[in-house]
Amino acid sequence: MTRHTLSVLVENKSGVLARVSALFSRRGFNIESLAVGPTENPDLSRMTIVVDAESAPLEQITKQLNKLIEVIKIVELEGGAAVQRELLLVKVRAPMADRTQVLQTADLFRARVIDVNTDTVTIEATGTPDKLQALLAILAPLGIKEMAQSGTVALGRGPRSMSGAGTLRPVERTA
Amino acid sequence: MSSTTPSEQPTRDAAAALAGVETGARSVAEAAHAPQTGITGAQSLVRSLEAVGVEVVFGIPGGAILPLYDPLFDSQVRHVLVRHEQGAGHAATGYAQATGRVGVCMATSGPGATNLVTPLADAYMDSVPIVAITGQVPSGAIGTDAFQEADIRGITMPVTKHNFLVTDAAEIPQRIAEAFHLASTGRPGPVLVDVPKDVLQATTDFAWPPRLDLPGYKPTTRPHGKQVREAAALIAAASRPVLYVGGGVIKAGASEELAELAHLTGAPVVTTLMARGAFPDSDPQHLGMPGMHGTVAAVTSLQKADLLVALGARFDDRVTGNLDSFAPEAKVVHADIDPAEIGKNRKADVPIVGDARETIAELVVAVRAEHEAGRTPDLAAWWAQLDDWRTRYPLGYDEPEDGALSPQYVIERLGAIAGPDAIYTSGVGQHQMWAAQFVKYEKPGTWLNSGGLGTMGYAVPAAMGAKYGRPDTTVWAIDGDGCFQMTNQELATCAIEGIPVKVAVINNGNLGMVRQWQTLFYEGRYSNTKLHAVDENGAPKPVRIPDFVLLAEALGCVGLRCESKDDVDAVIEKAMAITDAPVVIDFVVGADAQVWPMVAAGASNDDILAARGLRPVFGDDQV
Repeated sequence: MTRHTLSVLVENKSGVLARVSALFSRRGFNIESLAVGPTENPDLSRMTIVVDAESAPLEQITKQLNKLIEVIKIVELEGGAAVQRELLLVKVRAPMADRTQVLQTADLFRARVIDVNTDTVTIEATGTPDKLQALLAILAPLGIKEMAQSGTVALGRGPRSMSGAGTLRPVERTA
Repeated sequence: MSSTTPSEQPTRDAAAALAGVETGARSVAEAAHAPQTGITGAQSLVRSLEAVGVEVVFGIPGGAILPLYDPLFDSQVRHVLVRHEQGAGHAATGYAQATGRVGVCMATSGPGATNLVTPLADAYMDSVPIVAITGQVPSGAIGTDAFQEADIRGITMPVTKHNFLVTDAAEIPQRIAEAFHLASTGRPGPVLVDVPKDVLQATTDFAWPPRLDLPGYKPTTRPHGKQVREAAALIAAASRPVLYVGGGVIKAGASEELAELAHLTGAPVVTTLMARGAFPDSDPQHLGMPGMHGTVAAVTSLQKADLLVALGARFDDRVTGNLDSFAPEAKVVHADIDPAEIGKNRKADVPIVGDARETIAELVVAVRAEHEAGRTPDLAAWWAQLDDWRTRYPLGYDEPEDGALSPQYVIERLGAIAGPDAIYTSGVGQHQMWAAQFVKYEKPGTWLNSGGLGTMGYAVPAAMGAKYGRPDTTVWAIDGDGCFQMTNQELATCAIEGIPVKVAVINNGNLGMVRQWQTLFYEGRYSNTKLHAVDENGAPKPVRIPDFVLLAEALGCVGLRCESKDDVDAVIEKAMAITDAPVVIDFVVGADAQVWPMVAAGASNDDILAARGLRPVFGDDQV
């Protein structure tokens, strides 16, 4: 299985997320992560969907997604040709004895401390999934009290965009 | 064939109506398009149905949709009051399949709407254009588990092409126009419009045509020229080609083009369950139906082919059998309006996305160019092989040994007497397969059945819808006694509304297809498949429960019965002579007749049995 990141422009209407997630479960496709948010155009939302799939099922996924009336365009964002980020909030046990180590670790990963009290520190980090995994691996022995992590959001590198002039090539609509 | 097929003319009318939606109405329905202010949402919805050209709605009122039924009372749109919402949905489907127009059904919120789920799923699987309009509890009550509340938009998302919840009365004309556009264009399918009661009661303005706002919907109808030429080159080079024709050819009204392509290439044609009638059964190039109960020649032609030209077909498991061993030597040209069908089950060597009619027409031109360039294949050896198979393994059946009436004989005679101009609908099971095998279809739009979903109970309400849409055509529902007991209540609708359908109940007292599988795969242990009353030894009791003749009469129909071969023709002719009331014939047939040929579920098509225990000899060395 290989990991693919699909950037999907959809109409900003109620029920679209339900349609997309229901499509994945109905067709037996697995979602690794999914992030939805607004775009520069208030009528559109962008879904960034990370899936594990072989190429043939991936083609089915994009074709079935394209059939949803509210899906406008799908682009696969491939490794080097795109920037991909996730957001992590992690609450770590940080008694005074361990606090320096926690803060240094955060520093090393260019993460920020956004909440602090006598027992714990909450760290905000952004990065690629690999970087966040590495940060968590170091923090884990100290004691992770709680964490929240977003799905991947991604944009293609370079001057082109999914809408507007010089658009990125959509995943084939026709076979 | 005459210049227009039965289904294509209405399709053009529907297209013209939709063109009116987009370009501004001038012609026929000018009055229907006049703007109006200060009306209710319900009035706006009825005006929208009139403007889009709806002739009839099948439905049942109820609390949440009641505001809509008041203006509907005065409308030119006729409403047929059915007895169960499932009947409304299948009637809309039958109407759509028989006329090529969009069928419309209507129901109230909650249970009314959920009763439409089966026909919506049915229409979705068979790509039938219908629009369902449902009432919903008032906006403020949505999400509170209000009386008769069901999230019908959420429930029907996986079984509709699209659906809408209307939140503002001002949107009504636009949503209705979009629903009809979506249902009838591209790959057709069902669309549901859910309207809360307060939206129906709100004050609004009506203007037509509305702007369609579907930025993500751009179906490809025009095939890619390069793909068409590549397909033509494969056709010209193939020595064992087969045209594998699916329901898309009927939806696109492409039968004339198909006939031209078939005769130009000389290739054999197989028509799937959804495509019966797309190519005349009388044409010598027609090998019949492929699939689980297809003819030996049709099934085996696909297995031995070196080229499959799939036209509006979707490589359904009931056609392919075990996919890994399906048509192992064949290259595949796959033409479909839906890009997601191409490569879904079987890899296509040449994919073509487009409308079947345009695609086949362009294929004809491209194949002709190949021929003019001197590339004409010799199919003589292929035809010698195909003719050998169909001579040795024709469709047939044995008369029951116990002297019981043969169901195949009944269906064969029905087809012969009612003829190729009649419309035939069926339920699901043995009678459906026999009706697909032993009625000879010559024209598209004359065979309506539930192919994809396999919905028992489809026949009677679908016949009602078809007869409404084609009142001058004889419409026969060929039903099983199991199916008939699921939806026969619509015969009351037919009797009262003046829709004289004819029903042939193939009454074997059992769930016949399930019984056949129990005979073949479960050592004859007939668990819960006997519908008739039995004594303690399992033998039928001499009572009829129900008595279908009495039931028919109770429902306002003429009830007839036939139990012997000698009476079959006479009773069919008697039914044909009755044109002012629905007729039901109870054909009491033997319980042990089976559907053959058969490829067992999941088995390879190579393992087709022509009859029980009879494995055809294919002469593998000959091809």
